[in-house]
Amino acid sequence: MGIIKTEKLVFEYIRRDEEGNVEGITRAVDEVDLDVKQGDFIAILGHNGSGKSTLAKHINAILYPTEGTVWVDGMDTSEYKNLWDVRQSAGMVFQNPDNQIIGQVVEEDVGFGPENMGVPTKEIWERVEESLKAVGMYEYRKHSPNKLSGGQKQRVSIAGVIAMHPKCIILDEPTAMLDPNGRKEVIRAVRALNAAEGITVVLITHYMEEIIHADRVFVMDKGKIAMEGTPREIFSQVERLKELRLDVPQVTLLAHELQKGGLKIPDGMLTTDELVEALLQGA
Amino acid sequence: MLRDITLGQYYQADSIIHRLDPRVKLVATIAFIISLFAAKNVLAYCLAALFLACIIKLSKVPFRFMIKGMKAILFLLLLTVVFNLFLTPGETLVSVWKLTITKEGLRIAVLMAFRLTFLIIGSSIMTLTTTPNNLTDGMEKLMNPLKRVKVPVHEVAMMMSIALRFIPVLLEETDKIMKAQIARGADFESGNVIKKAKSLVPLLVPLFISAFRRANDLAMAMEARCYRGGEHRTKMKPLQYKGRDGIAYLVLVCYLTLCIGGNFIKFGLVL
Repeated sequence: MGIIKTEKLVFEYIRRDEEGNVEGITRAVDEVDLDVKQGDFIAILGHNGSGKSTLAKHINAILYPTEGTVWVDGMDTSEYKNLWDVRQSAGMVFQNPDNQIIGQVVEEDVGFGPENMGVPTKEIWERVEESLKAVGMYEYRKHSPNKLSGGQKQRVSIAGVIAMHPKCIILDEPTAMLDPNGRKEVIRAVRALNAAEGITVVLITHYMEEIIHADRVFVMDKGKIAMEGTPREIFSQVERLKELRLDVPQVTLLAHELQKGGLKIPDGMLTTDELVEALLQGA
Repeated sequence: MLRDITLGQYYQADSIIHRLDPRVKLVATIAFIISLFAAKNVLAYCLAALFLACIIKLSKVPFRFMIKGMKAILFLLLLTVVFNLFLTPGETLVSVWKLTITKEGLRIAVLMAFRLTFLIIGSSIMTLTTTPNNLTDGMEKLMNPLKRVKVPVHEVAMMMSIALRFIPVLLEETDKIMKAQIARGADFESGNVIKKAKSLVPLLVPLFISAFRRANDLAMAMEARCYRGGEHRTKMKPLQYKGRDGIAYLVLVCYLTLCIGGNFIKFGLVL
């Protein structure tokens, strides 16, 4: 069993009218089976309302399954006795950088998680230092979070999660509110953590450019997993992705159109360099 | 325009007062206020002034920062002085039309002005030399005994520090909403008080909605980071008394004894 495993996971939102009568039930997550190996970099894609954030909140035991089971590091998330261990093993970074920083100074915010876990003072300082260094924010440790850019704030949030020494981190659209530079910064930090520390990463996003480095990609639609595979496998199915209302990276799209126009280019081009090479070879 | 508001007005400097434990400063401020209200004669006031001057000198905070704090209460100060000056019955000094200034009135008014000024400067030294965070920590630690009577001390302290953290965020948001509403033709400036108050509705409603949304997000983020109240929690920066804090307490006790004792000394110069 991998670090994260879900089996026939179903989650239903119950809509109620003003009197509290059930108006309807929405299946946000519908029979999802997921198995993530320790150390993997997983990306979950999907347009708005596809259920990807709901799925993410199950891994951190913020939501509990209506049906089915979620295991994190072998622990069933729906059992109360596992709650804090689950939340410590699977850290979560949210979308809005402003709404998840609790401390008034960067280092205090990073120390918040370890404080809650009851880590001794001396060790908190060690953890804070090492986490801030891991995301490249060490020189900002005395700053106020209000003065940082979006990308920097998200890196502080990531440091706050790593300071809890989790086995995996779930990032729920961490770049949705950032500018292109901030996005690059955050993704670079996440990739470095995955490569250097071997932390399992589950990246939830709707930016296609961010998933090209993932080991495996899941595409969600209407609560179900619609596609699964390596980034190359996913991107070779341009038409299917369009059906799921997802944008393909420009390079992939260009390659696809050229292919349709009759040029001999392999499927699933991911980077500009790759395409240039393929074109040169073709010529 | 809203961004100009600074709260907690901390003044960064490296002084002995800055380094004191926040608990010492809190206790000292309360003690100083008590000493002011206990002061009955000029001697006690002189002592308080001397004590305050020493603290100001030690704190390395420029005096004008403290004067800044005074501006806000200037009106209140004047009002108190005027009322005391004219409305205290006693031996008449000057009498113009229906207004009479009495000897007792003059004495009380002058002392009152000094008392209020000292009070404001004294407490502003505390906020100027202590970060808001440190202050909340100090309050939490000082009020710890109240936990036994079920006062949610940790929760209140946490709420205070979160509120402080979000003041700039919400101010920025207010600014943004204001600009958005002005762009749509809202008018926040003209009209009388009632009209102005009414024009705040389109500002406050979105602000409240967004604040609630933020609170919801923040609560989720805190839970995701294993926050479960004050139990089992360790501190990254625990408060620990050092030698200098002991000395500060000692100085404080001396001051307080002198000040209260000073009231009983019959002094020839009593006004």
